[in-house]
Amino acid sequence: MRLEANVPPGPLDQKWSRYRLDMKLVSPANRRKFSVIVVGSGLAGASVAATMAEQGYKVDCFCYQDSPRRAHSIAAQGGINAAKNYQNDGDSIDRLFYDTIKGGDFRSREANVYRLAETSVNIIDQCVAQGVPFAREYGGTLANRSFGGAQVSRTFYARGQTGQQLLLGAYQALERQIGLGAVTMHTRHEMQELVVVDGRARGIVTRDLATGEIESHSADAVVLASGGYGTVFYLATYAKGANTTAIWRAYKKGAAFGNPCFTQIHPTCIPVSGDHQSKLTLMSESLRNDGRIWVPKSQGDHRAPGQIPEDERDYYLERKYPSYGNLSPRDISSRAAKEVCDEGRGVGKTGLGVYLDFADAIGRLGKDQIRERYGNLFDMYELITDEDPYKIPMRIYPATHYTMGGLWVDYSLMSNLPGLFVLGEANFSDHGANRLGASALMQGLADGYFVAPLTVANYLASNKLGKVATSHDAFRESEASVSGRMKTLLNIKGRRTVDTFHRELGKLMWEYCGMARSEEGLRTALEKIPALRQEFWEDVRVLGEDGEVNQSLEKAGRVADFLELGELMCRDALARRESCGAHLRLESQTEEGEALRDDENYCHVAAWQYAGEETAPERVVEPLAFENVTLQTRSYK
Amino acid sequence: MMSGTASEKTLDLTLHVWRQKHRQAEGQFVTYEAPDISPDMSFLEMLDVVNERLIGRGEEPIAFDHDCREGICGQCGVVINGEAHGPRRGVTACQLHMRSFKDKDSLTIEPFRAEAFPVVKDLMVDRGALDRIVASGGFISVATGSAPEANSIPVPKGDADLAMDAAACIGCGACVAACPNASAMLFLSAKAAHLNYLPQGQPERSRRVLAMVEQMDEDGFGSCSAHAECEAVCPKQIPIEFIARTNRDYLWGALTARK
Repeated sequence: MRLEANVPPGPLDQKWSRYRLDMKLVSPANRRKFSVIVVGSGLAGASVAATMAEQGYKVDCFCYQDSPRRAHSIAAQGGINAAKNYQNDGDSIDRLFYDTIKGGDFRSREANVYRLAETSVNIIDQCVAQGVPFAREYGGTLANRSFGGAQVSRTFYARGQTGQQLLLGAYQALERQIGLGAVTMHTRHEMQELVVVDGRARGIVTRDLATGEIESHSADAVVLASGGYGTVFYLATYAKGANTTAIWRAYKKGAAFGNPCFTQIHPTCIPVSGDHQSKLTLMSESLRNDGRIWVPKSQGDHRAPGQIPEDERDYYLERKYPSYGNLSPRDISSRAAKEVCDEGRGVGKTGLGVYLDFADAIGRLGKDQIRERYGNLFDMYELITDEDPYKIPMRIYPATHYTMGGLWVDYSLMSNLPGLFVLGEANFSDHGANRLGASALMQGLADGYFVAPLTVANYLASNKLGKVATSHDAFRESEASVSGRMKTLLNIKGRRTVDTFHRELGKLMWEYCGMARSEEGLRTALEKIPALRQEFWEDVRVLGEDGEVNQSLEKAGRVADFLELGELMCRDALARRESCGAHLRLESQTEEGEALRDDENYCHVAAWQYAGEETAPERVVEPLAFENVTLQTRSYK
Repeated sequence: MMSGTASEKTLDLTLHVWRQKHRQAEGQFVTYEAPDISPDMSFLEMLDVVNERLIGRGEEPIAFDHDCREGICGQCGVVINGEAHGPRRGVTACQLHMRSFKDKDSLTIEPFRAEAFPVVKDLMVDRGALDRIVASGGFISVATGSAPEANSIPVPKGDADLAMDAAACIGCGACVAACPNASAMLFLSAKAAHLNYLPQGQPERSRRVLAMVEQMDEDGFGSCSAHAECEAVCPKQIPIEFIARTNRDYLWGALTARK
């Protein structure tokens, strides 16, 4: 297989206008004849569904939650970047482009990232017009802040609930189209199969989670906007229902999976409190502006933090990275926290935590000033841990937060399977090996409002697509395979619950394919994961029936897919014998322990193609050419 | 195990849980013992633990809705001892922790009940009626691409802050469950106030409120008679003053409506 990125010719800043000029159009009167399926209702899914319906296409949108407004975009806190340069501090489309490429450690495609930066300004206009209540200055103009170490203030925000407000904007646009009859919404529906006819994506098979019914839906194009796959680690900042099933099923029907091992671990989450832990909650990393991170110098020091004298504390980030200290990038801070905990110096009941101490900042600025800056975060922390962070240092620990990898797409966001488009976190496209703060929301909305509505239309106008009925054999076969899978899971009648398998997989992934990866560890994981998968299919216990609400059955289907995806992530991490961005191979470090890229051998996207149950997947390479930026090495010493 | 601090003591609880196989089935309370519950668990993690034990015994787990588990998606929600989202103010069930309960407590757990919220299974209800209220008018009609430059519409900071207070609603439906009339007025008025406080929302101000109230009535929600139970249980502490504001908009709209 060869992967064609299909980037339009011409200078970087003219590619997207060139694409729009060259694309084929569907006349308004004919749009109603074309149907599009959208899977997912987060920022990318809701915005593409609403926009294509506004243009006149017939849209069916699917989500597993009970309402499209629940999608996990809603939980994003910090903000959304846009190159508006409202603060007159030197920002521009070129600078946002450059920051994003560099932040991704030079493992993303220039043309896609440039388009993202270009489109960012339109997103803010659109959201404001919809009524998104962004923060304002007293003069009535939009407020901005600097975020994630950026040197310009280009982040727009709505308190600590930016994701919620952007999603509600897109959801309201979507509901408007539902009310007008232009979108048919299918809530509590989970995609179970992608249906491919004559080499093109022509529909999906879903399970109605309220009735268990298996249904076929056909269309002229299928858009997946089903989010990331970080819950493969079990404990993550994702929603509990977040899963890989939609993109995994597409992968198994031939869509290539790009850079599956690129996952981002966020350094400031509330630590695990016990075996009952079901998910992890993020604390905004702005806390690191004033908090000092430390652990005791000696192992097994169980004294209360206040009892540990200053000279027996190790402020390890300040010690190792004197110029950036507590503000060192996400991957470096996360890895350093894991290292001190692995040495037995972690704090809290589980020993998996480090202190984030505000005592100095409170002494310097006063408690009121700290409350003004972080009051809502301190309250949330106390609600969850029952500890007062004004008096006792916070405990934090890293957690999986985002997956940069995802289905491979070309410049038009179409996968190698014609007719299958992939948007937002579900694709691999824009963040390379590491995503910058406040860029996920930007990408979801750029893809959904401004890119896919045009590129999908171009696809519809450029190809002769006959109608395919759901009575077609390909649908019948997919339905049979979905029902068969449900029955198999129910009939195993084993001893272990689904959650025990998911937790065990999560531990393996965290240990061997988490913040630091080694040849030896990855090889161990590649033995253990297939063994666990086999045990799952022999010993899982799923009670109840198929034709009703059955949450264990839903989970079992998702975990079965995670058990396959986990193996692919380890394969990808093993094959990439370099460190880059969030992917650290222990064998590829500088003398100071920094990630060492190998641009000569790995300046490419690794896309994996499924080759059957018994055969190893094929690793296909899309070389990355950098014509507009110079590759650099970062240093935070 | 180490002893001494309060957080290491576990709780032994008795749960009376509403079990109902599907929408048409008869439901009933079933009693379960829930020993050794850590006070650090969230309420939903406690239900997870109970479910793992049920599956271990070969009994079907309790179905309940949830997703983000950080108090923002609005998918979770049950009535605990008569209170939507439980005894603690300003939190959803997923952020309620078991340290809010005492050892030997007996908890009655049931779904959000309202004519407009049919039970799907056990503790899960169908809140699609809330989406239909939004679809009827809870938006600003602006197609993608037709927006003016963002800073060309100045919004006074106070108005933006008020709109944000209203927009914080997570659509969980606790207000409906708590209301003796099962009215959705707090939900509706939060959406109406969010959009009606902003200059962008003015062109559809009256139309929006009239359409949403009509849809609310159609879906079988009751009317507001100012009991204020909704405000008491709202996990985002949305104030009922938004209802008063929406009533004014409704009245003005009804008086000036042109067919």
